[in-house]
Amino acid sequence: MDVSQYLEIFLDETNEHLQNLNTQILSLEQDPENMDTINEIFRAAHSLKGMAGTMGYKRMQTLTHDMENVFSEVRNGNVKVKADMIDVLFQCLDALEEYNTNIRESSDEGTNDNGALIKRLNDIMGGGSGDSPAPAQQAKAAEPAAAAGGGFVGIKLNENQQSVLSEALKQGKRVYGLTVKVQESCILKAARAFLVFKAIEETSEIIVSDPSSQDIEDEKFDLHFSLIIVSEAELNEVVTAARAVSEIEDVSGSVLNLDDVGAETTEESHAAESEEPAPAPAPAETAQPPAETQTAAPAEAAQTSAPAPAPAPAAKKTPANKPVVNRTVRVDIEKLDTLMNLVSELIIAKNSLVSASAMSGNSSQAVNEQIEYLESVTTSLHESVMKVRMVPIESTVNKFPRMVRDLQKKLGKKMELYMSGEETELDRTVVDQIGDPLMHLLRNSADHGLESAAVRKERGKPEVGSIFLDAYQDGNNVVIEVRDDGNGIDTKAVKNKAIERGVITPEQGEAMSEKEIIDLLFNAGFSTAKVVSDVSGRGVGLDVVKSMIESLSGEVEVKSKLGEGSTWTIRLPLTLAIIQALMVEIGDEKYAIALGSIQTIEDILPSDVKLVQAKEVIQLRDLVIPLIRLNEILDIPSKKDPEENLVVVVVKKGDKLAGLVVDELIGQQEIVIKSLGKYISKCKIISGATVLGDGEVALILDANSLI
Amino acid sequence: MNEVEELRPVGQQTTQFIVIKLGEEQYGIDIKYIDNIVRMQHITRVPKVDDYLKGVINLRGEVIPVMSIRIKMGLEKDVETKSSRIIILKLEQQGTIGVIVDEVREVVTLENERIEKVAYDSKDEKANFLCGVGKSDGGLISLLDLNSVVLESV
Repeated sequence: MDVSQYLEIFLDETNEHLQNLNTQILSLEQDPENMDTINEIFRAAHSLKGMAGTMGYKRMQTLTHDMENVFSEVRNGNVKVKADMIDVLFQCLDALEEYNTNIRESSDEGTNDNGALIKRLNDIMGGGSGDSPAPAQQAKAAEPAAAAGGGFVGIKLNENQQSVLSEALKQGKRVYGLTVKVQESCILKAARAFLVFKAIEETSEIIVSDPSSQDIEDEKFDLHFSLIIVSEAELNEVVTAARAVSEIEDVSGSVLNLDDVGAETTEESHAAESEEPAPAPAPAETAQPPAETQTAAPAEAAQTSAPAPAPAPAAKKTPANKPVVNRTVRVDIEKLDTLMNLVSELIIAKNSLVSASAMSGNSSQAVNEQIEYLESVTTSLHESVMKVRMVPIESTVNKFPRMVRDLQKKLGKKMELYMSGEETELDRTVVDQIGDPLMHLLRNSADHGLESAAVRKERGKPEVGSIFLDAYQDGNNVVIEVRDDGNGIDTKAVKNKAIERGVITPEQGEAMSEKEIIDLLFNAGFSTAKVVSDVSGRGVGLDVVKSMIESLSGEVEVKSKLGEGSTWTIRLPLTLAIIQALMVEIGDEKYAIALGSIQTIEDILPSDVKLVQAKEVIQLRDLVIPLIRLNEILDIPSKKDPEENLVVVVVKKGDKLAGLVVDELIGQQEIVIKSLGKYISKCKIISGATVLGDGEVALILDANSLI
Repeated sequence: MNEVEELRPVGQQTTQFIVIKLGEEQYGIDIKYIDNIVRMQHITRVPKVDDYLKGVINLRGEVIPVMSIRIKMGLEKDVETKSSRIIILKLEQQGTIGVIVDEVREVVTLENERIEKVAYDSKDEKANFLCGVGKSDGGLISLLDLNSVVLESV
């Protein structure tokens, strides 16, 4: 699968995580005991690892995995934070930064394994926890797979060059592949490389080089570069000539047949790979920005009689040199936020105008018409701005099939991901942030949910497990469901684990309902996985999922049936800033209830209120709905006579209903949500405030927390 | 409170305070924390919060919490009069917050050496909210330590 279209997102997110890690590690240095910081670092490393894995950047993944291991030990109290550890961590961040830069420039992470860093990370852990089986080897093994081999055999030739080679072979000349290694201490690598070129050109003709001669000239290479040359001289002569250049550590070469160079991976490729000296552990010199490359080319070009080697496509740089970006105008999200705020102000001003005109009483028809016109314009303006901010969730969810495929290999389970509703649109900020939680949920389903093929067969299920990702719009919400047909949640195991971890006492455990037990999964540091794998099972997943979704004013719910599978439902509001609300009056106070959560409004006779278990309920079309008297909850004396009919606003949360008793309905209004600020965050039943037309502040009731 | 303020010609370091009244006593609030002073207006009550939090007001489209210093300091309840004001403070940690005062009197400039520290006295609840006492021509001014005034009571 081509992942290049997600590069942009990946790079942005990586930058953000790296920045976050940098700040957090800095503050960790100041305060090594702060658990919050450690948790935060751990999460960032975890996300980073997941993302790198999704994009197929193995080296990056290995490094972050080991960083995460270290933090895991720190978090468990097995390892203390020390100064040298912080140093190593910062070096790791630099190395990650370097990968990121490489990826930005060439969509390839480069060849630096950072083996030394990984070793130091493992040293920090004291080799105590065996959950990282020799990651260095793992990286080695992965190397041939990554297209960036570095040896001359990895060089790809275009037709033109191939014909030159075959022509040369026909004329009895020989084709050699050379790999040159410059000494680590060498300062002017480009100059040395130039001398090597010159020495070789005395006897031979350079057909192609990797990196391209242009890059070599700009010193955009590590310590190695490879050449394919055509020569009449013996291989030895050429190699000796090249070695004669000072500060050149080693030159290795071999005779090539035409077949060798054409194909992408040959037997010899691996041999050549192993012959090569181990990649230098020191972080490679950061590649320079590609801007100023076109200057010194002619000198080089003049020296080479071969057909223009300068633009030679170095194998690892051919595909996706520039990340594919949508062909649209890219607008800074902050500018859109400003626009959105202005629209909010406009709507408040419009509301004031409406109420001012209503107050004055004798408003003429012309004024009313103009106000109505203004109203329709502001509403459409708001909708348009909203639409501009809306993007399909496609860009986020499309990286998942690849991830599931990789998970399948890693976990040795058979599974298939079915997605629907990728075109569902959400606010850009939400789409950007929903990726991580969804990734965690999918990994969770794959790792914990689905059984192995053998177990599935035994249970009479199809061998291939299914994971579903469905997105759809539901009123003012967007619902994203992650569903699997796996084992479901074993509430007993969860309960035992919770008791074992001291999250709950055995007595509490007895009294808990299944649902409450399932909700325990969202506790920080809770994981039922018996083995720590790099897929999931460190217990960071679900609490992050919950807090991230709640920060987007959404909610997450789980339904599970043991043996049949689980469904995770994420519900997100379409917009975060402006909503349609029902204004109600309770006593002397005005409150807003989001229209999205309202099911119906009912007029109830006081005699229809029944008592069930000492709680007031009403019966509505075969449903028994609990009543919530808002005036009691909000400590306001009601103005209403108890004999009068009750006005009940029926609200819905998931599939639960409740009837809110209010004194009076005022009407529907478009309101701009303002935060109450963290200073008044204690009040859970109020989700925010809004400024009414007359300049007064009305509070927004959070129907969800009332139920 | 030893922030480096603009230097006077004599090289004396000074701090400016707004003098307010709560009951009969005069209090000073460091001017650098003050964003605005507004007239008393309708405060929308927020349910289920500590009683010193009076609610929220609309300040040019922003929703700002308002608290009562009197209740927080254990004094009698605020009585709203013509001279009652809401002082809008901008604090680093808590952000923007309004406090209700009985009256705003004047701005005074105190040389730092005329500010005396108060000894911590656990018996005197009020003293916990002060960071010093300033001597000015108009008498003694108790200087409020805004961070402890605004700090959420646990």
